[in-house]
Amino acid sequence: MMSTVNGVGNPSSKDDSSPEKKVSEFNEELSLAGANVHTKVGMIFFLTKRYPLGFLGLFLVFVFIFVALFAPYLTTHDPLTTNPSISLAAPSMGHPMGADFMGRDLFSRVIFGARTSLAVAFGATILGVFFGVLIGLASGYLGGWVDLVLQRLIDILQSLPTLILAMAMAAALGPSLFNTIIAIAIPKFPSIARVIRSSTLSLREMPFIEAARAMGMSDLRIVFRHIFPNTLAPLIVLATAGLGSAILVEASLSFLGLGVPEPHPSWGRMLSESASEYVRTAPWLVLFPGAAITVAVFGANLLGDALRDIFDPRQRTAN
Amino acid sequence: MEKLINEFSNHIHVSNLAEAAVLEVENLKTYFFVKQGVVKAVDDFSFSLKSGDKLAIVGESGCGKSMTALSVLRLVPNPPGRIVSGSIKLDGKDLLQMSESEMRNIRGNRISMIFQEPMTSLNPVLSIAQQIGEALILHQKLSDKDAFDRSVELLKLVKIPEPLRRAREYPHQLSGGMRQRVMTAMALACNPQVLLADEPTTALDVTIQAQILDLIMELQDRLGTAVVLITHDLGVVAETSERVIVMYGGKKVEEANVNDIFAMPLHPYTQGLLAAVPKLTTLSGKESYSKRLQEIPGIVPALVNLPDACTFAPRCAFATDICRHEYPPYTNISSSHKVACWHVAKVC
Repeated sequence: MMSTVNGVGNPSSKDDSSPEKKVSEFNEELSLAGANVHTKVGMIFFLTKRYPLGFLGLFLVFVFIFVALFAPYLTTHDPLTTNPSISLAAPSMGHPMGADFMGRDLFSRVIFGARTSLAVAFGATILGVFFGVLIGLASGYLGGWVDLVLQRLIDILQSLPTLILAMAMAAALGPSLFNTIIAIAIPKFPSIARVIRSSTLSLREMPFIEAARAMGMSDLRIVFRHIFPNTLAPLIVLATAGLGSAILVEASLSFLGLGVPEPHPSWGRMLSESASEYVRTAPWLVLFPGAAITVAVFGANLLGDALRDIFDPRQRTAN
Repeated sequence: MEKLINEFSNHIHVSNLAEAAVLEVENLKTYFFVKQGVVKAVDDFSFSLKSGDKLAIVGESGCGKSMTALSVLRLVPNPPGRIVSGSIKLDGKDLLQMSESEMRNIRGNRISMIFQEPMTSLNPVLSIAQQIGEALILHQKLSDKDAFDRSVELLKLVKIPEPLRRAREYPHQLSGGMRQRVMTAMALACNPQVLLADEPTTALDVTIQAQILDLIMELQDRLGTAVVLITHDLGVVAETSERVIVMYGGKKVEEANVNDIFAMPLHPYTQGLLAAVPKLTTLSGKESYSKRLQEIPGIVPALVNLPDACTFAPRCAFATDICRHEYPPYTNISSSHKVACWHVAKVC
């Protein structure tokens, strides 16, 4: 632990060994970890320097959100209007990414596709986190038979691969945007519930929980005010990392025809429509939606990785 | 500051200023039902506290001190623990008969507790003011703003420099001593009638220990709170308490005023404890420099399935047959001094 601190290259760490020094370094480590921020601007600057890839991820995610929010202002054509005269047109000034079989402007469709992906990614993540957190907290805090029953249910859900379960759900629910979100959230929440449960199990035994009880707090208050905030660090990491996989699962579902239905433009379906027939004649129909998926997933994963690195030292030193 | 103290003092119920006992624990039995059998963590334990009393409960690790405190707050981990019988009366009302929500109203409000681990007894993700204020919001229904202001005042009361800044900080930014001050502020936030201090200074170094104890005692004098100090440090007892209960194996073996305990310990265990305290003379005197500290032979018995005998008998030099078969009754030496030993006459 100390070696990593010294490894940072802090010149003042030569004369350590005094307890105050260690405490201040410990605090420094904690504040680096994002537990507490003295000056926010300085912290952000420092983190950007320390985690350039994470910053790139954050940037990409912001671009992604920006594009989705302002899609109508960024596009030149309506993504749903067909124009047979430009069917399968190659990229040009008027249509920077070309046009698809129906003559719809691909650039506009990719831009509007960000909305679908964003809705699905955030929707599924929020839904998954919500249920995962509730089940994890209940399971970990109450223990006993509640824990047993919930964990066996989670075992069943986790025994199926994510994509298979999502496919089964999507097929059972039928294709719609909201159903796709549910279909992706269901395979997502068990892993979140597991992580929250395990942190809850260890937090439940912490002296500050006993102290909270000795202050006369109810179980609900203890769970939501004292235990839940302590599980945020792993949760944020898990949720961010999950964004990328949600985009990917949505693309896969749409690719298989189980995802978001027409006419909403979806990156995955754009791929599936074109991949088999036009990949030789009009490769841009595959290239651009594929690139959009790659960049969005890449950005979300980079951000997730950086957040994990930032929060991990705190995880190690907190206990 | 003075205004604050006066305000606090006014909160004290007039009835408590009279000689009536605030807290009366009678024949408390807290047992743990484990695989190996029944662990009598607290067995037939009684004491009473008047407002402003300073009671110390001493004994070695595992003798049931902390369980006594947790029993009073009804926080014994259940299962496996359970308060089997006895009564715990606060102002004459039995806490053991109360519902869980009535009990929550007592905890932190009329009886509060300071824990021994200042490093881990504060929630790392909540600010100091949030944690102190929570009790006030909960029990006194203060608004967030008022609770914050009061928290700052309380931090001032426990003598934390720069209270306004500290109130906004998080536990990891505070030293151990400061955290224990914060714990004290939390415990005193609602001006409780009884303060249970469970080894409040064990985790701190000696100078900070003295400061914290001074602080607790000073605030106690000014606020009139009754304090139960749970400790294994006889030095702390001598300095801070008026009355002492010596606990061994879940039972009260001796109770006396602090002076009597040190001047005339009657139970062989108390005598052993006192003999084991290093004295300045033995440490510095030339002839005794190499002399070992006196120790009590043997170890604390496992409390599982104890026979109904004197728990100290296996380690006692005075033990006879009767000690191994029957628990001794309390002998009243004076109105304030009682001891549970078959051989009081022989021992002293």
